[in-house]
This record gives sequence, structure tokens and C-alpha cells, in this order.
Amino acid sequence: MATAQGAGAGQGLRLIAPPLLYAILMLAIPLLTILAYSFFRDDYLTVVREFTLDNYRAVWADPIFRAILLRSLAVAGLVTLTTVLLAFPVAYFLSFVVPPQRKALWLLLITIPFWTSYLIRVFLWKVILGYNGVVNSGLKSLGVIDQPLQFLLYNTGSIVMTLSHAYAPFAILPIYVALEKIDRSLLEAGRDLGESRAMTFWRVTLPLAMPGVVAAVLIVFIPTIGDYVTPTVIGGGKIPMVANMIQAQMLDIDNKPLGSAIAISSMAVVTALSLLFLLLNRRFLRVRA
Amino acid sequence: MTIPQPSARVAPASAAGAAPARRPRPDQAPRRPMIECRGLHKYYGDYHALRGIDLTIREGEFFSLLGPSGCGKTTLLRTIAGFEDISSGVVMIDGRDMRNVPANVRPTNMVFQSYAIFPHLTVAENVGFGLRRDPRSRVEKAAAVEEALGMVGLTGFGGRAAHALSGGQRQRVALARALILKPKVLLLDEPLSALDRKMREQMQVELIKLQRQVGITFVLVTHDQEEALVMSDRIAVMFEGEIAQLDGPEALYARPASRKVADFIGVMNFLPARIMSETHDHVTVAAPGLGTVDIPAANVSRVDAGDAGPSIGFRPEAATLLGAGATAAGRVTEGVIDEVVYYGDMTYYDVIMDGTDAYDGIPHEVRISMRNVFGREVPDVGTRTRVSWSPGSLVLFR
Amino acid sequence: MSVAGRGSGLRVYAVAYLVFLYAPIALLPIFALNDATVIAFPLKDFTTRWFVQMVENAALRTALLNSLTIALSAAVLATSLGIFAARASTRYSFPAKGPIMGLIMLPLVLPEIIVAVSLLVVLLAAGVNLSIFTVILGHTLICMPFAVAILSTAFASLDTSLEEAAYDLGETRWSAFRLVILPLVMPGIMSALLMSFTVSLDEFIIAFFLAGNEPTLPTYIFSQLRFPKSIPMIMALGTMLVALSVVLLMLAEYFRRRGVARTGRTDSGGFL
Repeated sequence: MATAQGAGAGQGLRLIAPPLLYAILMLAIPLLTILAYSFFRDDYLTVVREFTLDNYRAVWADPIFRAILLRSLAVAGLVTLTTVLLAFPVAYFLSFVVPPQRKALWLLLITIPFWTSYLIRVFLWKVILGYNGVVNSGLKSLGVIDQPLQFLLYNTGSIVMTLSHAYAPFAILPIYVALEKIDRSLLEAGRDLGESRAMTFWRVTLPLAMPGVVAAVLIVFIPTIGDYVTPTVIGGGKIPMVANMIQAQMLDIDNKPLGSAIAISSMAVVTALSLLFLLLNRRFLRVRA
Repeated sequence: MTIPQPSARVAPASAAGAAPARRPRPDQAPRRPMIECRGLHKYYGDYHALRGIDLTIREGEFFSLLGPSGCGKTTLLRTIAGFEDISSGVVMIDGRDMRNVPANVRPTNMVFQSYAIFPHLTVAENVGFGLRRDPRSRVEKAAAVEEALGMVGLTGFGGRAAHALSGGQRQRVALARALILKPKVLLLDEPLSALDRKMREQMQVELIKLQRQVGITFVLVTHDQEEALVMSDRIAVMFEGEIAQLDGPEALYARPASRKVADFIGVMNFLPARIMSETHDHVTVAAPGLGTVDIPAANVSRVDAGDAGPSIGFRPEAATLLGAGATAAGRVTEGVIDEVVYYGDMTYYDVIMDGTDAYDGIPHEVRISMRNVFGREVPDVGTRTRVSWSPGSLVLFR
Repeated sequence: MSVAGRGSGLRVYAVAYLVFLYAPIALLPIFALNDATVIAFPLKDFTTRWFVQMVENAALRTALLNSLTIALSAAVLATSLGIFAARASTRYSFPAKGPIMGLIMLPLVLPEIIVAVSLLVVLLAAGVNLSIFTVILGHTLICMPFAVAILSTAFASLDTSLEEAAYDLGETRWSAFRLVILPLVMPGIMSALLMSFTVSLDEFIIAFFLAGNEPTLPTYIFSQLRFPKSIPMIMALGTMLVALSVVLLMLAEYFRRRGVARTGRTDSGGFL
């Protein structure tokens, strides 16, 4: 039912005002501030408010930044790919195989790990993969190896492993929701029109599930690229990612304009990649399931 | 889909057989107005939803707002209830201007299309919801709730959880909840549309009885012409934010004011016609296949803007197929049966009447409905037949 | 469709996936009760001394108290703000609705490090001293989108005519909200509170940047990870935290189911 537009708009604006004001004060203004800072000059103890592009020049000319950004992108890309590929069959199983009355239980089982302390989950992987960790000590006590395996920890692979584990539920849920929305008669129609089960999946189910897959990709990709804990704990500080670099500039080195420029630069890259990804998938997103 | 069934009062109302005959009003003196709308306009931004509504609904009347979806009937109802502000005009209820009177203090109560039964409350708590500010004691309120439940046939249902009710029961709870407050006007927004056909017909009868029992003015919004014809004392047919015709059910059915109204209510056959001459009490027209006919002035509709030209209209039950050897009461035209649609108690025949192609070269088909009589054969497609009709049942649209 | 035949392969995979999800967590109680300072196989004797050590640790108690204060405040603030936003977005249309809701939901897709540094810069520039109060400000911001998402579902499932019916039956706008809308969205409010509480309790990076010298549970844990001798106690703490999360999640699920039962809707599963 349509309510009166004029009165509705006023009432709506009055209601949205408190959360909007909060978001402006605590999010919009801070984001604009670091945007402004990234164009200011650092003078050791103070920030000099004069416009300069030096920070960006310094950031993009720095081979370390470029290497770290590339590594972050590669790690986030790998994590996203693994997470989404591993998650899809689970989401499919939840939506198509689990009987309706058992779905809530399965969802609960999948979400519980997400609710346990992220820090402890990440740390557990260090415990598992460490020099004297669970895997090495386990294999040693079983007599499989004599010396601890060194390649388990402190590398990109262990970072990818840890993050894929941490973000698993984030990938399952959006895909599950998209699959749930698919009208089951569409699949029967696909079969009725002579397609095999596999081709029906390829031509009907997958395209209709794509909005969920796209959401899953973005939900995993964006936060992982800014992850701080995993590179620090699992990478042992030897394999820094963008977040570690921002943290170092902002706190340890205390060059806020340069730190802001790094933050803005990496955000710009992430945003551009996300938009490109959305653009590539636009034909799936237009479909209304 | 409509299955016309002749009845004493209204031909196409299938439930008419089950409905009590229209009540003769004990007081035939004009009753005082309960709701008056004067020059009502409503805009949603640029959209003109109500375009100058003038309407008087009398006390104790069962009044229907009938029209297709988007015609403004629900907006008009919600305007009366106070849920919508009006852009201009006046709404008066019981002689009092409703400007600045919010919905919660208006002497109206509403039965919502979705019933809006509070799912977290019991049936009794739902029915007694509006009594919160009532100064009566708890015992008296409980008695009032029980009485209201009895009125809608739900005695003993008070303790049930509201969300466990069936559609028909929800409808009754919604009615009891509104009626317990003894409003001057009960507003019903498509109250039967969510029910299945059987239940709908049963509720139509119950609503008529209930209205007679409580004597409150009922205003019903519906898109179902049959429902409006069965239940109402008077009906306002609305198109595009305007009232196209306001009449009793019989008049509306027999003498629709425009082609649009005629098309919306029941089935109407149209044949092109030419106006030959006009006097104060009748219009003489020539129609192909029908010849020259005098139409009484009462059966002449007003001019409809945008219509192709004058045409003659008649209802499917106004003509009869004559069996072999039968003699006609009125005039007769011959034709060929083009389609037969069998409904059990009725059959529809689409007949191409001889000579109907005289004006535009297109042979026109008319639909004729006949009650099936046990033992009488239903003629086949392609049979030549005679159609008997009477000039008094024709309506002229010009 | 032969669900059983097609599902069996998928079922094996799904169970394997669950094992992958839970395996690390399963190590927590094992090593929390293992009488050895090194987290390694083979297991030694059973002990509860890591739990005793945990309970007796004063620094941990301070951190826990701080975290509970922050999580409780952030949950209440985020849910209150979320009620406004969810109600506005489900019930009314207003100018710039898309961008406004986008801004409010933005923290959901923004890396937390960005939220943390930008808030830090502004708070320092504004001369605010870093304390648990500044962490509350940050956590409220990142919990708000979760609360809005949960509450929007709760508000959207309400028939708008319920409120009109209450109003029509003589209640005022406010009492109609209190008597009808509030009880019906109460399960959603409880879920939003619990979810915000858990998100805040677990949040590390914003607390790391904004807490100043005040420890919170995650920053305390992070600081202890460097010291191998603290690890068994952290395992005990982790066990307790996982148990707490499970209890909170069960509570959230209970409220969600009660909401479903109360309004007679069909259970579609999951509250996310």
C-alpha cells in the first residue's frame, strides 16, 4: 500500500536521521579526512595542510608498496577462488538435498565457527602448522617424519589456507540464499525441454545462482585484502600485506599523510577491481530470479 | 469467470440463489446521509488518484465501491478511514467535517484486505484490542468480546492463537474486532478476495445478515462485480479516479450508463446502430440484423467520449434461442450457432446473426445464455437457429 | 528426483567440509586440558591448571571487563540506531534513500583497517583521548549494518496493515508501535543485540587502533601470542569463548524460532 508521499518522505527522513548522522560523523567524515590527509604534507610531528601529490608519487614509485599490493591482491584472489569453489557444493547441498526441516540445523552448524573468535581461529592454524605444531608433532609421533616440516608455516600458502577457513561461512550463505530463490519448476522445465541434469545445472541453475556467487566473491575478496591479523600471525611478519603497511605508516612510523595515501590507493584499486567484476557479471545480475 | 444464473433479482450473480432476497427497507423515507464526499481530489505526486469524487452514503446502507484495480476505490475508502490525506475537498461523517480528525478517533472501523490479525495475540485479545481505553471492567469487556465472537459464529474460539486460524476464521475475527467498537461506519477493503469460491459465497450471505442485524453503514471495496451486485443496496462504479455510475444493482445491470460500465458488469452484446430520429420519450434506431427499433429514453446511455459510434446493447439472457416450431414472444432474427459453451446449469451460445455485417462488412457474433432444461437437447455448432428478442430489453449507447 | 542417489556424494563432501571447519576448533579443548606447555602431540596428562591460571590472571580480567563493557554498549547503541534505519528503509520512501542506506551499510564491505585508521585520524585530530569509549564508537559503527540487516528482515515481514489496524482501533501512532510492532519484531531485536555483541566482543583491529592503553580481550590475546608460555592459557580462554559463542548463537536461534512460531510463518531457516 502506498502511503502519502509527502508525509512519508518527511517521516522517513526523521527516522533515518539518527543512524545517518552517526554514519556521517563516524564514517563519511573520517573517510573524507584520510582522503584529505593523503594530499597533505607530513612534517614529522605535524601534518602540514598544503596540497601535494607527493604522497601518491612516493607510494606508487615505491617497489615495496607495489610488491605488497600485488601480493595482497594475489592472496585475496586465491582465497576468494578457493573459498567460493569449496563453498558452492555445500550451498548446493544445503539448498537442494537437505530436507527443509533440517536446513536450520545445517545453517547453524556452518555459522558456529564464524561466531568463534577470529583471532583464536587464526592462531589455531599457527598451532596446527607451526614448527612444533600439531601436524609436525603428530606426524613425528606417528613416525612418518624425523624432522619437522618447515614449509608449513610462514608462507603465502598457509596465509591462503587460514583465510579460506576463516571466510568459509561468508561464501556459503549468499550462494545458499540465491539457490533458495530459484523456482524449482525452472529446473524441471530445463529437464522437460530435453537437457541432461548436468546441462540443466549449467544452463539454468548456475546462471540463476550467479548473483549469490558474485556477492560471495565480493564479501570474501574485500575484507581479506585488508586483513591484518593473518599476515601478522601466520606470516610471522615476514609476508606483510597492505594492512600491515598502513598500520606501520599510521602508528609505528607516524606518517599519517603517507599512510592515508596507501589506504586510499589500495581502496581505489579494490573498488576498481570490484566494479570491474560487477561489470563482467552484469548480465547475471539483471536477471530477477 | 462468471457463470450467469437467472434469479428473481439479478441475473448474473451466481450466489444470488443462496443469498437472501433483497430486504425491503422498513423505513422507505430517505435516510440521513452518513458519509458525504464533496469535490474530493487526491494526488500522489503527479498521479491524480481521485478526480473530483462527489458521493453521499446513507445511514444503514450497504454501499459498494466497484472498479478494476487502480481505479481509486481503495484510495477513496482509505480517505474515508483517515489513512490518506486528501489534496482537496471535504469528507463528512455523520455531519461532521473529518478534516484534522485522525483515523484513530474517526467513527469508522476497517476490515483489511489481509485481515491484519495481530499474530502475537489470541483471538480474544485481537477482538478486544480496541477496548483498551474503554472504562468498563474486565468482566464486562470479556463479555463484550464473547458477544462479538458469537455474532460472527466464533463462540468459544477466544483462547486460540490467531495465527492458527483459517482464512474464513480470520475474516470473522477481523469483523468482530471492528464491530465490537460499534462504529458508525464499517469499511471493508476487498474482505473476501483471499477466500476460495465456496467460502466467499458463504461469507457474502453472512455479511448481508450481519449488516442487517447491526444496522451499521457498510462500505465495501471490491473488484468483483458479482459480489457487489449480490451484497449492495447501492454501488458506485469507478474508473480512473472518477465515479462512472452510482445506482442500485438492478439499474446498474439493466441500464448501464456507458459502454465501459456495461462491459465491466456482466456480459453485454454490442451491435453497431444508426440513430434515425429522436423524440422526448424514445429514440428510433436502425441496427443491422435487428431492423428498426424504438428505444425508451430511460434505456439511452449518456455519451461516452472516444466511442466509435452509436451501438445497441443487450444482455445474453435478454434473448432466447427458439426451438423448432416454438413461437416467439418478441421479434425474431435468424442466425448460425458458432460456438457452444456448456456450464452445467447453463449454456452459452455464440450466434452469428443474419444481416449484422450490413454496416461494416463484419458479421457480428452475439452471446446468448440459456438455462439448461433436463431432457432438452443442446444444439450443435453450425445449426441454424432463430433468436427471439424484445425491443424493451435493448440499451442504446451513443 | 532421486534425491538420495544424487545427494550422497554431496553429503560426504558437506560432512568433510564441516570437519575442515571444526577441526581447528576441536583442538582448543584438547590442548586446554593437556598438561604441557608446548602445543604438540603426543598428549600428556589431563589438567585444569590452565583454566585456573586463566581465572587468576588479573590482566585478563581487566581485558574481559573492558570487552564486555564495549560489547554491551556497542550492541545497545547499534541495535537502537538499527531500529531507526530498518524501520525507515522498510516503511518509507525518502529522497536519496539508496545512497543513505549504502553509507550506513558500507562498513559491511569496507576492510576494518580502513575504518580503524580513518577513525583514528579524526579522533586524534579532534583531540579525543583514546579509551574504551572510542572503541565503543568504532564498534557501534561496524555493528550497525549487522543490526540493520537483521532488523530489516524482521520489519519487512510485517504486514503494514497491522499497524494501521491498531491505529484504526483507537491507538495512537506510538501505542500502535508499542503494542503491535515492537512485540512482533522483538525476536529480531534480540538477534540483532546478540549478533552485535558477538561481533564487538570478537573485533580486533579497531580495538587495536582505538583503545589506547586499555586492553580488550582480542588485543590481550594478540599480545600474549608472542609468549609461548601463555599459549596453553590462551587455549583455555579460547575454549571458554567458543562455548560462550555457541550459547549466544543458540540463544539467537531460539529467539528467531520463537519469532517464527509466534507469527505462524513457515520456517525458512537461518537468521542471516
